[in-house]
Amino acid sequence: MPQNETIKELGLDEYKYDFVTDDKPVFRAVPGLSEEIVRQISAHKEEPEWMLEFRLKAYEIYESKPMPEWGGDLSTLEATLDNIYFYLKPQDQMERSWDDVPQEIKDTFDKLGIPEAERKALAGVGAQYESEMVYHSLKEQWEEQGVIFDSIEDGLRNHPDLFKQYFATVIPQADNKFSALNSAVWSGGSFVYIPKGVKVEIPLQAYFRVNSERMGQFERTLIIVDEGADAHYVEGCTAPVYTTESFHSGVIEIIVKKGGNFRYTTIQNWSNNMYNLVTQRAMVHEDAKMEWLDGNLGSKLTMKYPSCYLVGEGAHGEILSIAYAGDGQHQDTGGKVVHAAPHTTSQITSKSISRGEGRASYRGLCKVYDGALDAKSNVECDALLLDETSRTDTYPYIEIDENTASIGHEATVSKVGDEQIFYLMSRGLDEAEAMAMIVRGFIEPVAKELPLEYAIELNRLIELEMEGSVG
Amino acid sequence: MSAPLLVIQDLHAKVAGEDLEILNGVDLTVEHGQVHALMGPNGSGKSTLAKVIAGHPGYEVTKGEILLNGEALLDLEPDERSRAGVFLAFQYPAEVPGVSIANFLRTAMNARVGDEDEMDIFAFQERLTEKMELLKVDEGFASRYLNDGFSGGEKKRNEVLQMAVLEPALAVLDETDSGLDIDALKIVANGVNTLSSEDASLGVLLITHYQRILTYINADHVHVMIGGRIVESAGPELANKLEAKGYDWLHQAAATV
Repeated sequence: MPQNETIKELGLDEYKYDFVTDDKPVFRAVPGLSEEIVRQISAHKEEPEWMLEFRLKAYEIYESKPMPEWGGDLSTLEATLDNIYFYLKPQDQMERSWDDVPQEIKDTFDKLGIPEAERKALAGVGAQYESEMVYHSLKEQWEEQGVIFDSIEDGLRNHPDLFKQYFATVIPQADNKFSALNSAVWSGGSFVYIPKGVKVEIPLQAYFRVNSERMGQFERTLIIVDEGADAHYVEGCTAPVYTTESFHSGVIEIIVKKGGNFRYTTIQNWSNNMYNLVTQRAMVHEDAKMEWLDGNLGSKLTMKYPSCYLVGEGAHGEILSIAYAGDGQHQDTGGKVVHAAPHTTSQITSKSISRGEGRASYRGLCKVYDGALDAKSNVECDALLLDETSRTDTYPYIEIDENTASIGHEATVSKVGDEQIFYLMSRGLDEAEAMAMIVRGFIEPVAKELPLEYAIELNRLIELEMEGSVG
Repeated sequence: MSAPLLVIQDLHAKVAGEDLEILNGVDLTVEHGQVHALMGPNGSGKSTLAKVIAGHPGYEVTKGEILLNGEALLDLEPDERSRAGVFLAFQYPAEVPGVSIANFLRTAMNARVGDEDEMDIFAFQERLTEKMELLKVDEGFASRYLNDGFSGGEKKRNEVLQMAVLEPALAVLDETDSGLDIDALKIVANGVNTLSSEDASLGVLLITHYQRILTYINADHVHVMIGGRIVESAGPELANKLEAKGYDWLHQAAATV
């Protein structure tokens, strides 16, 4: 097998987002979670009474639910959460002009390439810093067509009926312990509405940044894609490296109505001290199509299984997942598809790479309800091990209550082989280049689906010469 | 006078970590522009010699020397040997899914030059197209993933295409004829002939179990390896003798050496 040093040269484990900004938050809650904190968050947001009640009920549910005992190691999470800041307000209000964002925060996003990205090919950009969205903008062209792309708070404030109609309908508070936690303390995230028949041809992008030590980020995103509409939303996440643990737990709810088409892309590159426990789910209606493109490169532990609930006849769901588990990382990822209507189809493709003491687990569910005639689902998961110590596991759950369903499942595990490395080296590539080429080839089927800038980002991560840090 | 292209002197080698020597004192010289055929029964050490020349990490050289253009090769890593001009056409080329032949060859070409001299994509494409036309390879071939799901014949053609693009000084063809039907064999042999006529200084070491490929590729010298050393060297007529008489008569000769 290739030498450790060579694998290091790949730069997969280098983290270039490790820098801290010296900012001046306007409010920071005391560490740990209590009913008082939940009330404080709601008060800061000047929310309607129903939302405070929603939060308090969720807090109760969170307290009553045990820590999950499956997936990753959560044994020390409770202690970690006692020291986490659940709410940190970086500025008084969200800005719509980049110039108005405080300089320190602006510097941070400049280093990360936001809003440089906006000047390129994006329809809109949102940026979250700590607990709040600090910036949101949408190009006029889309605004004129009735597209809403806003912070979740402004969604609640400015579109209360639409908000209330869909909020927490896809992922109820009690869905799991962390959806309950998010429901109690949610802050930041996007509210998106694409009107009937509107096709937003270029992506909307949201960027999530954690700056402080022991920070908890709980963004909540609600996306409604109306009939025949079409859009693509991209999110990226980074944080500095601290010796203490940080925590991120998002809830993403998506509704794709009849004939709609939506793609949600994540490139998660949290620092390796981050717990990343996220619930993402889409309700996919008649003849609609939902795609999750889920890239998990960072974090200490990620547990995330983007889901498609295919509730309308002819609905289609796709989950393309790519995970890299470096030394000390555990990526417990995969996807869920639930077929609840006839002629629904789905595809899950998962690619994972593990190295050192890293562990990548595929965890997936395919469920077909009785009456979902001729449902078709196919699952493919491929794991690549870079050395002798890395680990991969596969946990596919299949529950079929319908005789006419057609379900396929394929799983492969491969190791980077000496013969592959030698073959490439015999053509003049040094060992690190040879390794990078094998890894790039392995993720190619997923990378080619990414928007160009993210594909470049992903490729850069496996480039030989990695910059140590930004700035 | 310049140094010979390849000089192998008293080469001994074994599988790394094991005791048994597979190469047992190989001596061989290949001059620029020559084609040498190395024949021998299974297990005689032919393929081991090919891998040792290319620097396979699974073998350990215990004694002897390999010189390329007078420079010691054994201290170099496999990639350095490639950049120095050695090319090994593999008997069993590895599959690398997701990496197109074109992308791979461009990376390999750029590995030969510094960052500043990197070949631009158009210059590379031109070279690739030219070589593909020369070898009569289909246009779509280079966009396929490296050996992924290739037939035996396609894999060998791919090896010859790589050789054409990389333009080595020395090509070692390891059982390039094995597992090919007669049509595929002709295509590969024509490719090698085309490349040797294009580059008059190209040296070829053609390793084969069968005389068959020598009908299509003219060797200047034929060697027979048995028991990890070369026991007989002669002109092309030796191949015909082997075809008629087999290797048995040489086993006796080997025993007395």
